[in-house]
Amino acid sequence: MAAFVVRRVLLMIPTLWVIATLTFFMVRLAPGGPFLSERDIPATAIRQLEKSYGLDRPLGEQYLTFLAHAARLDFGPSYKYPGRQVREIIFEAFPVSLELGAWALLFAVLIGVPIGVIAALRQNTGADHAAMAAALAGVSIPNFVLGPLLVLWVSLTWFLLPPALWEGPQSRVLPVLTLSTAYIAYIARLTRGGMLEVLRQDYIRTARAKGLPERAVVFKHALKLGVLPVVSYLGPATARIIMGSIVVESVFAVPGLGRHLVNGAFNRDYTLVLGVVLFYAAFLMVLNLIVDVAYTRLDPRVELS
Amino acid sequence: MSAEALPPIASPPPAFAEAHQAERIRSPWGDAWKRLARNRPAMLAGLFLLWIGGTAAAAPWLPGLQDPSAQNLVLGAAPPSASHWFGTDELGRDTFARVVYGGRISLLIGLVGTLVSLVIGVSYGAVAGYRGGRLDELMMRAVDVLYSLPYIFLVILLLVFFSRSILMLFVALGLVQWLTMARIVRGQVLSLKQQNFVEAARALGAGDTRVIFQHIVPNTLGPVIVYTTLTVPAVILQEAFLSFLGLGVRPPDASWGTLVSEGARLLALFPWLVLFPGLALSLTLFCFNFLGDGLRDALDPQDRRDVG
Repeated sequence: MAAFVVRRVLLMIPTLWVIATLTFFMVRLAPGGPFLSERDIPATAIRQLEKSYGLDRPLGEQYLTFLAHAARLDFGPSYKYPGRQVREIIFEAFPVSLELGAWALLFAVLIGVPIGVIAALRQNTGADHAAMAAALAGVSIPNFVLGPLLVLWVSLTWFLLPPALWEGPQSRVLPVLTLSTAYIAYIARLTRGGMLEVLRQDYIRTARAKGLPERAVVFKHALKLGVLPVVSYLGPATARIIMGSIVVESVFAVPGLGRHLVNGAFNRDYTLVLGVVLFYAAFLMVLNLIVDVAYTRLDPRVELS
Repeated sequence: MSAEALPPIASPPPAFAEAHQAERIRSPWGDAWKRLARNRPAMLAGLFLLWIGGTAAAAPWLPGLQDPSAQNLVLGAAPPSASHWFGTDELGRDTFARVVYGGRISLLIGLVGTLVSLVIGVSYGAVAGYRGGRLDELMMRAVDVLYSLPYIFLVILLLVFFSRSILMLFVALGLVQWLTMARIVRGQVLSLKQQNFVEAARALGAGDTRVIFQHIVPNTLGPVIVYTTLTVPAVILQEAFLSFLGLGVRPPDASWGTLVSEGARLLALFPWLVLFPGLALSLTLFCFNFLGDGLRDALDPQDRRDVG
């Protein structure tokens, strides 16, 4: 186990290096630059700016400096937020995105799993068909359609909840709901599939044969293996939630990290973009590792290799 | 965010060659078709998709459909009415026509993007599975690494920093989607290549290329068809996502994602500008997913009940 974790952590280093290199050169080789948009700046001032950010050095040297600093989580100053370090911006915005994503994931599991279990227990009944049709609909509505529609009805027609911003508990409801719907639906489908698979197994028949009440069979024996597909989906789900939160943050004007990625790219804020990409990449890898370890804890049949 | 990587179906449909020999008994594709035809909702979804696709494809020749770019500044944004079923936007353009033409672009991108991922994924997976050994390990390790990349960031950067052409969009979308297809095909090929008909083909002197593409790939069709059906909505959704961020199709062209994005800005004033393109997009994705589910049930040999 320890060896597995160590090896995975060691594997993260080359992967992060590949991402860092790819992103660095993609950003630097692109036409245009961070200071070209300000029209009235004289050429000498631009050169001065570039010099102060080290952009006048040879590309190879910039690359090495960038790597050396990034290893210490230091991405340098932002180009578009004068006087602010990228690290500061990330540490300020990330908790917001983390809260949004964590709520969404929590809801997805807490609502999706019970729906899936009920549907599996009543396979091929009306309730099952209805739940699965609803789940498929939930998977099919893009969050950037759902978000504006929820704002339209809940906020602008019935005035129940604030339509945007991230202040106070009420403002959390719509963004979290928008972000989690697709995952509630998908997790319900996964749970149903997993449970149906498990309920056919011999050990479930044994459990029933020895006279256990149905409740114990389902919750003590079946559920433990039935939710495994959900557990292994949590890794990809996190990646997708990060992607989804880019949209949700822009629909609801939530001051999270996803907005910085898109705006930073549009503004050519090189240091900010590089910082956010590397930060998210590392975050995802750590989470995936945790999910893999959790998976083996739950399923004794799987060995870490 | 919708169509997910589906686990490959475990045992393959019987080989074509065998099926032809057993013609009198029953063809597996005929069986699958019968099962699909009995699945009313899936058939309905398929018909709906044909209708949407047909309308979008025939849009320029449809009588009565208004010009999607014809402005009417006097009219401005009007709610749905008898002459403008979906209303008009702030420039007085007919939203119904814009949705139909948006469908042309969204569906086209979905189909071409899927085709790109299909060609790359099937060839890659087939070669890796067939050759096996070190090459297979190397190729699949590469897929693993690509899987773990936060590709969406790279796609965003690619589109912001370089040309935002449709071609670049295809590259970006195709790049993302072929990985799962490669895994599915590889798994299939691994089990297929042990079978007698492959050995027979080789004994008859067929080369690797011929064995792979003439004998093995056709037998992976079942899972490939299912996954392809689920890739189309995934690509459409990705494109819409990028368009929503302002990174997809550029004016004067507009996909459903572009329309939703434009409409969302005027949501409080003209809600129909989000409602109708959003509905068209969601319904299409829903039908593709439903059809994909139906196809999986029909083609899944593990769950083969007798067709009467």
